[in-house]
Amino acid sequence: MSASAIEEAILAALPGASVELKDLAGDDDHWAATVTAPQFAGLSRVAQHKLVYAAFGGRMGGELHALQVTTVVPT
Amino acid sequence: MSDANTRISELVTSNDVVLFMKGTPLFPQCGFSSRAIAILDHCGVAYESVDVLQDMEVRQGIKAFSDWPTIPQLYVKGEFVGGSDIMMEMFEAGELQQLMDQSGVTKAA
Repeated sequence: MSASAIEEAILAALPGASVELKDLAGDDDHWAATVTAPQFAGLSRVAQHKLVYAAFGGRMGGELHALQVTTVVPT
Repeated sequence: MSDANTRISELVTSNDVVLFMKGTPLFPQCGFSSRAIAILDHCGVAYESVDVLQDMEVRQGIKAFSDWPTIPQLYVKGEFVGGSDIMMEMFEAGELQQLMDQSGVTKAA
């Protein structure tokens, strides 16, 4: 999955978020995403990550195998 | 409740710490699972691991059980804690060790 497709999916699900992507293996297939979103406020880490995963629907774990996620609540 | 659900329930309630992973602690088959094992070893706790590659029913069932799409998955005292990213964040913040202490899980031999 391309960086722009990943960013687009996250922004569609979490409007106002900022997304920082790092290509871990240089193969367009292993990504680390740092997502900062106001929607995370007050949520547990599991709930925050679920919001990010939800942005990809059923593609997470399949088409998008390797996405390392870090969530940040904006200060 | 499906069969897989019942089995998973039993696994996570009859063991203090359970990691559902790809491969085994000695031979992890995925970088994320490998990282999860390294973190647990650093915490110095005893844990049970379940190789989902050997069990298709659990491999699919665990995702529905926790409503979490990826593996590895860590459970402590029957509660879903998170995947390897959350484990790493918690470990670096000292929160995972704290959780293990507070839950009174068995230390590694």
